[in-house]
Amino acid sequence: MSSHRKLSYSLAINEALHQTMAADPSVFLIGQGVKSPWYVGDTAQGLLERFGTDRVIDTPVSENAMTGAAVGAALAGMKPVVVHPRVDFMFYAFDPIINEAANWYYMNGGKLPVPVVFWGIINRGGEQAAQHSQSLHGMFAQVPGLKVVMPATPYDAKGLMIAAIREPNPVVFIDDRWLYKLEEPVPEEIYEVEIGRGNVVRPGNDVTVVASSFMVQESIKAAEMLVKEGINVEVVDLRTIKPLDENLILASVQKTGRLVVVDGGWRTCGLAAEVSALVSERAFGALKAPVVRITLPDCPAPASAILENAYYRTSTDIIRAVKSIL
Amino acid sequence: MKGDHSGNLNYPRNLLVSFHRQMLRIRLCEEAFVEPILAGEVHCPCHLYSGEEAVAVGVCAALTDRDYVFGNHRSHGHYLAKGGSMREMVAEIFCRETGCSRGRGGSMHLIAPDVGMLGSAPIVAGTISLALGAALASTIRRDGRVAVTFFGDGATGEGVLYECMSFAALKKLPIIFVCENNYYATHMPISECRVGREIHEIARPFGIESRQIDGNDVLAVYDAGLHAVEKCRAGNGPVFIECLTYRYRGHVGPDDNVQGSHTDIRPREEIELWREKDPIKRFEGYLTDQRIMTQEELNMAREEMTREVTDAHDFARRSPLPRAEELERYVFA
Ligand SMILES: Cc1ncc(C[n+]2csc(CCOP(=O)(O)OP(=O)(O)O)c2C)c(N)n1
Ligand SMILES: [Mg+2]
Repeated sequence: MSSHRKLSYSLAINEALHQTMAADPSVFLIGQGVKSPWYVGDTAQGLLERFGTDRVIDTPVSENAMTGAAVGAALAGMKPVVVHPRVDFMFYAFDPIINEAANWYYMNGGKLPVPVVFWGIINRGGEQAAQHSQSLHGMFAQVPGLKVVMPATPYDAKGLMIAAIREPNPVVFIDDRWLYKLEEPVPEEIYEVEIGRGNVVRPGNDVTVVASSFMVQESIKAAEMLVKEGINVEVVDLRTIKPLDENLILASVQKTGRLVVVDGGWRTCGLAAEVSALVSERAFGALKAPVVRITLPDCPAPASAILENAYYRTSTDIIRAVKSIL
Repeated sequence: MKGDHSGNLNYPRNLLVSFHRQMLRIRLCEEAFVEPILAGEVHCPCHLYSGEEAVAVGVCAALTDRDYVFGNHRSHGHYLAKGGSMREMVAEIFCRETGCSRGRGGSMHLIAPDVGMLGSAPIVAGTISLALGAALASTIRRDGRVAVTFFGDGATGEGVLYECMSFAALKKLPIIFVCENNYYATHMPISECRVGREIHEIARPFGIESRQIDGNDVLAVYDAGLHAVEKCRAGNGPVFIECLTYRYRGHVGPDDNVQGSHTDIRPREEIELWREKDPIKRFEGYLTDQRIMTQEELNMAREEMTREVTDAHDFARRSPLPRAEELERYVFA
């Protein structure tokens, strides 16, 4: 077994599905496009051929019912993964996800857990405009009863998908098409990345940059530029955004005294606001400068490429933010 | 193609001529996007309407500017047939500041409120309830307006359609449900989305008058539309019309989704079979057979529509792009 075998982010997810489905007959995949090579990328490739139409179920356009069916199957002892090829389409499924799945365990005194994975793909850019570009993790993270993971690397994509499937409670797994081609060594064996654990992906002493998903890659890019100017940024990859790895964030800020929070979601009541609030409550004394948030503006995603460029945040914005508090 | 339509023969000539012009206009406009898409000049996803023109033209001809229409992801034809400006539509698809949505929306957000096109949006079944609301507004105001919702066979998978039908029937709302059944929803043939029951039957349990028509026969569509509009205006709505039709292009962009290509979905023979039933070709045959238009007149119409399309593309190309500083211009919260 080679520990240097490289895998793309999307194929890392694919391998997680292959291995968990092979290991556990109660795991199945349901959602739009799972049989189509041009719908969910290559994340579902080979699954239909290997596990058949009973366990790899392409569906009509019925997000509410299909997601509810996954929740019901979970209550009946299965471990469903329900995929939404764009998170935007999950709004139709908010009822089964939020009202039902998230609340079931608590509202029934812990009698029956709901081991379901709600997999939503962020698929933005390309002048697709507002209803095909959204990142809704902040909304999910606000709901008690949902764990929310957002892998930034192929290694984490595989490990978090496996952990999400094995987790007895509902997990929202959000990946990003902009990461699909990213490659790195990924172990061939089955392994978990623990839900609720972040990761310092780049150590540094000057400023802490907390990010998740695609924005981790932009943060690393920013850190690589900044180090040339003698600025050492510590990049914290949240990996799980609910529950947050609070101690990891706090420890980093205790060390650096400065914080930039980077999020691919909207500003108001978003993930960046949450991290910022956590730090001001629990590490206020360590702060040498105000916390800076880099988020999407509170604005729908526009079509025009020029406006898209103004809308999405990049390493340039992160560099500017870091410099603004030094 | 004598007898290959179900309309009566008493249509005024200018109406028939305008059906032809409208369908041709949409077709030429759609096909003119192929090159700019392939050249990377148009980026936004375009769901082309080629092959389905008779539906939009037939239905919208039965409406007035005061009536409302809502579209979906494949609404270039709905917008043009309802009277939206071609220049503004093409400019929108080129994401220019002069576009109908000021370059913010692209192909999937077409709007022309002055002529009753209240918008389109690419969430499957997402605008059906909005049309329901427009019909409700008409009922509250007693202003006689009719609302039309265009949606595909794929949208019959969404529960909201059934909720809307139930409420529309309950309140006798002036709404026409127009299902454009082109036999595919993205990569899924209809047989993999629903059991073999016909779509028009889904409205009957709600007590809604419903029928299935040849959506490639503009006269049949117009007749059905006219009948539906009359019923709705008389307070006897809603009406459901299933139009059988076909899109020549694939789900999105110029790709035709033919088997063997990377999208690998539709048999080539099926596409060719539908080309035989082309709504424009058929109607041109009818017009010449009935001596309503000569071949020369048809050619002239084609040239005229081509000029309009060229003009619209020129307009789009020389129009300014939105300015980055104005990203948040229409944000109010
Ligand atoms: C809620 C939602 N789910 C999924 C999609 C992705 N999607 C876009 S168009 C489409 C199929 C639409 O098929 P149909 O309604 O038959 O319209 P057609 O494209 O054939 O005109 C799907 C599934 C979407 N846009 N919205
Ligand atoms: Mg269809």
